[in-house]
Amino acid sequence: MTQAVPSRLRIRPGDPAATTAAAPTTAYPQHPELVFDARGVSIFYGPKQALAGVNLGIQRGQITALIGPSGCGKTTFLRSLNRMNDSVPGFHIEGSVLYHGHELYGGNVDQVEVRRRIGMVFQKPNPFPKSIYDNVAWAPRNLGLRRGLDERVEQALRGAALWDEVKDRLKDSALGLSGGQQQRLCIARAIAIEPDVLLLDEPASALDPIATGAIEELMHSLKGRFTIVIVTHNMQQAARVADRTAFFSLEMGGEKPVGTLIEVGETERIFAEPRDPRTRDYVTGRFG
Amino acid sequence: MSDQLIPDPSAPLTPSGNLRRRQLVSRAAELTATAAAIAAIAVLAIVIWTVASRGVKTIDLDFVFTGYPTGVGPMLLGTIVISVVATLIAMPIGVLIALFLTEYAGAKGVRTMKLILDLLNGLPSIVLGVFVFALLVNHKHQSAFAGSVALAIIELPLIARGSQEVLLLVPKGLREASDALGVARWRSVLTVILPTALGGIVTATVLAVARAAGETAPLILASSVFDPKKFSVNPFEALPNVPVWIYKLSEEGNPEGFNEAWGMSLLLVSFILFASLGARALLARSKRKLSS
Repeated sequence: MTQAVPSRLRIRPGDPAATTAAAPTTAYPQHPELVFDARGVSIFYGPKQALAGVNLGIQRGQITALIGPSGCGKTTFLRSLNRMNDSVPGFHIEGSVLYHGHELYGGNVDQVEVRRRIGMVFQKPNPFPKSIYDNVAWAPRNLGLRRGLDERVEQALRGAALWDEVKDRLKDSALGLSGGQQQRLCIARAIAIEPDVLLLDEPASALDPIATGAIEELMHSLKGRFTIVIVTHNMQQAARVADRTAFFSLEMGGEKPVGTLIEVGETERIFAEPRDPRTRDYVTGRFG
Repeated sequence: MSDQLIPDPSAPLTPSGNLRRRQLVSRAAELTATAAAIAAIAVLAIVIWTVASRGVKTIDLDFVFTGYPTGVGPMLLGTIVISVVATLIAMPIGVLIALFLTEYAGAKGVRTMKLILDLLNGLPSIVLGVFVFALLVNHKHQSAFAGSVALAIIELPLIARGSQEVLLLVPKGLREASDALGVARWRSVLTVILPTALGGIVTATVLAVARAAGETAPLILASSVFDPKKFSVNPFEALPNVPVWIYKLSEEGNPEGFNEAWGMSLLLVSFILFASLGARALLARSKRKLSS
């Protein structure tokens, strides 16, 4: 719907492309329940197309799971929701991603402000080499939220179901925690600045089943407070935690396979009565 | 028969044709290369042995802590002052260049900057000496500060390249984590990236100081007219210093002076050896910490 304008050009304020990109706001009235509304999103890394024509709405306060085989573009899509791809050389996006009705790739949009509101937790736990307390307090401090810092840190650690395990050793290095604890610390770090959305990129793939269970329980408790989008290659995990599930797959687009959104719907329906045969093959374990 | 490429497959698997000759050439090449490597080790060993055996009998407490004519304390103090001032100038700029290379520059900027640093590193120290002489000494007076500026130029590329190497080892995940928290990049640099790389940056700096501390040419032009009896830390006058004093004593043809020169050489060489080895051990340690 918008022209192929390199994202580098679009980020610049006052660029004429920005108005083109922002136009759909008026053309399509925003559904009040939608936090993200992706329309015709195609993503390229240099000449290579990673994702083609994705139309997907993310609903407020719900957990949406993105599932699909490796290389199907689900992580690429997730990272485009808080503009983490901008720093990837050759990255270029077409189509439109609306966030609460605002064009996410609009000309006057600041990446830092985007990420302030849309937090992200990565596949591999990546705590800072600092104390547990300083990991959680780092972002609030740097964003000027110094008042009531101790309470904020405690709230975030409680929110991430980690408080009871670490309350007596807040000054210890975060690197001494187990992998599962480190990942919950990263979630605490993300929710300490009270974002609107949490993006989770395979948050449990590096963890053992018990730590995975803890993360899934945590997601249930965070539901409602935050809108959560989670990428997972584990279908059972999607079935356990997600309200809605979107299935991505690789389809032949011209000569090369390109990531495509096949089907999206209520999680139960996607797993019980998938409408698309490709979804059915995947969720029943026939491929992937 | 002679240009047969594949020998009889049933022949024994010993060298045939010209393989024997090629093996000999190959062996000779290996021997020559090994001999060259051994020669380098021998040169270092002979230099250290000569300096140590001739210098060690001169060194005692008086030699280190008193002034001329019993000791070389003022020269040691002056070299410390000159090196510290040089490092105070070079370190912030060098670290900023490293940050430019790792955090901000594009591929083209990195290539250009690396080339410029390599060229800077290759500038002869006498040229730097003449440069600071024209800039800071001529029509004014000699000063340790002028010498420090020259040494800072020598240290700069070493600190920048060394720091860059360590900054590249800071895991990408940490940068992504701080980006994803909506914090501006310069704040991440100050509070996450630099502290993580600090050990390596200090190491790069120590190596640069070890390299610069013995540079003589710039100091002959910038800080060579001094009073060898006077302990001073004022960088705005010419300060006694080790390299220039070694040079002066060796010029004089006085056997007492030769001994002193050997003693100071030993002090200088020991400092450089210990600083380099210690810094490298530290660097290896912080690299291990970063990559684990």
